[in-house]
Amino acid sequence: MNFTLKVWRQSGPDVKGSFETYQATGISEDMSFLEVLDVVNEDLIEQGIEPVAFDHDCREGICGSCGMMINGQAHGPGTRTATCQLHMRTFKDGDSITVEPWRAAAFTLVKDLTVNRSALDRIVESGGFISVSTGAAPEANLIPVPKVVADAAMDAAECIGCGACVAACPNGAAQLFTAAKMQHLNLLPQGQSERYQRAERMVETMEEFFGSCTNHGECQFACPKGISIDVIAYMNRDYMSAKVKNRKLSGQS
Amino acid sequence: MAQASPRSTVEAAVKPISRRPASSAPWPLNLYASAVGKKWVMAITGVIGMGFITMHMLGNLKIYLGAEELNHYAEGLRTFGAPFVPREGILWMLRSILVVALVLHVHAAFSLWSANRRARPVAYASQRDYIAANWASRTMKWTGPIILLFILMHLMDLTFGTWNKDFISGNVYHNVVALFTQLPKVIVYLIANIALGIHLWHGAWSLFQSMGVNNPYLNALRRVFATAFALAIVAGNVSFPIAVYLGIVS
Ligand code: SF4
Ligand code: FES
Repeated sequence: MNFTLKVWRQSGPDVKGSFETYQATGISEDMSFLEVLDVVNEDLIEQGIEPVAFDHDCREGICGSCGMMINGQAHGPGTRTATCQLHMRTFKDGDSITVEPWRAAAFTLVKDLTVNRSALDRIVESGGFISVSTGAAPEANLIPVPKVVADAAMDAAECIGCGACVAACPNGAAQLFTAAKMQHLNLLPQGQSERYQRAERMVETMEEFFGSCTNHGECQFACPKGISIDVIAYMNRDYMSAKVKNRKLSGQS
Repeated sequence: MAQASPRSTVEAAVKPISRRPASSAPWPLNLYASAVGKKWVMAITGVIGMGFITMHMLGNLKIYLGAEELNHYAEGLRTFGAPFVPREGILWMLRSILVVALVLHVHAAFSLWSANRRARPVAYASQRDYIAANWASRTMKWTGPIILLFILMHLMDLTFGTWNKDFISGNVYHNVVALFTQLPKVIVYLIANIALGIHLWHGAWSLFQSMGVNNPYLNALRRVFATAFALAIVAGNVSFPIAVYLGIVS
């Protein structure tokens, strides 16, 4: 298969970028999209041109680093796939494919297709954890968790922090990510003691860096893990409760 | 909790686009300062608006029962609660709730819209291929202002009567008929109601999400409700100008 790639090139955060057109020839339909970029980069290196910088690590859909906008869709046209899991058979031979980095105020561009996703980490460190005294792992069956709750928490815990939800959102909102990172803890018994602090802090950290949700629902289709916007509704509910409960508690000290 | 200051050049490269709500502010203000809080306010004020719109549409159906019925109903609104409250007392109470709800709804919408613009300063170059976001959700920023302008016009036409040449205060039936014998007005009202329907179709679904009313077993019903609600309101409202213009009501 042969493709024409229009790739965003920008050598640093403060310089002007532009699209460059490259030909990818002799591509197998079983290759992933990242492998096509590898092929293109090898060509570029041979021609003495700086290769295209893009983030990648696991190449099996679990690390969340390979985010890019392919033909106006986050992680390209596949459903529930990260860019590394996107096979070239999803495209037609001879297609022209436009590749851009994630665009959001919080995702400042580092180089070419690589963006700085550290704002997502700031959200997690503001509340996406459970404080426990570490030691030997406790007996797993000591705290009973209903099966449906465990399943719902696991669905939310699937988030790999790729940022596709932000990239796909017309508002550049990080609601799906934040809600997933919040709800996989808020649903479980272990997460209860910090539940409302977590809800308030994570939402407010998120709002410092990202846009806000107007319920387009675009994120859940972009998400490589198929996380549902149900978690956003749960987060909205927890945030409202948090506003009431945290005030009450602070009045008691 | 104040945001931790950046600890590395990587973190420092990312600048916040909004301020954190001041935790010292009183509860409702502190809540309203956050975007999630504003969505709650938009949902609640939206429900108030939907309640009003439903009653407004149902009440106006009285036009099909004749001038006396409709005018009697209109008078009933003014004397509601008598003799315990002064004439138009309850009416003005309800009106002020509506005005406050409208102001909050518009203010929240505007400030979310402007914050969301800041959240994506550089647009995508390729045509976005939206899957879920539909024309209703993406045109809220147009249907909203259209409805706002329409409300003002509607008040001038039928409440104050300033824009209605043949206005007789208190004779609602006559005023409506006088208004809708003019084709331009009929067309404007039809367009405005279609915008209203589109706005309601997204809003009546979206409010459940904003208020966290979510249950996997009932979620499909939220769309059904929004569709049925928007259709019912538009059908009712649109029927009045058409009926008058076609002479069914005269
Ligand atoms: S919620 Fe989905 S799209 Fe968003 S960061 Fe997590 S895995 Fe990526
Ligand atoms: S490279 Fe790890 S998710 Fe794609």
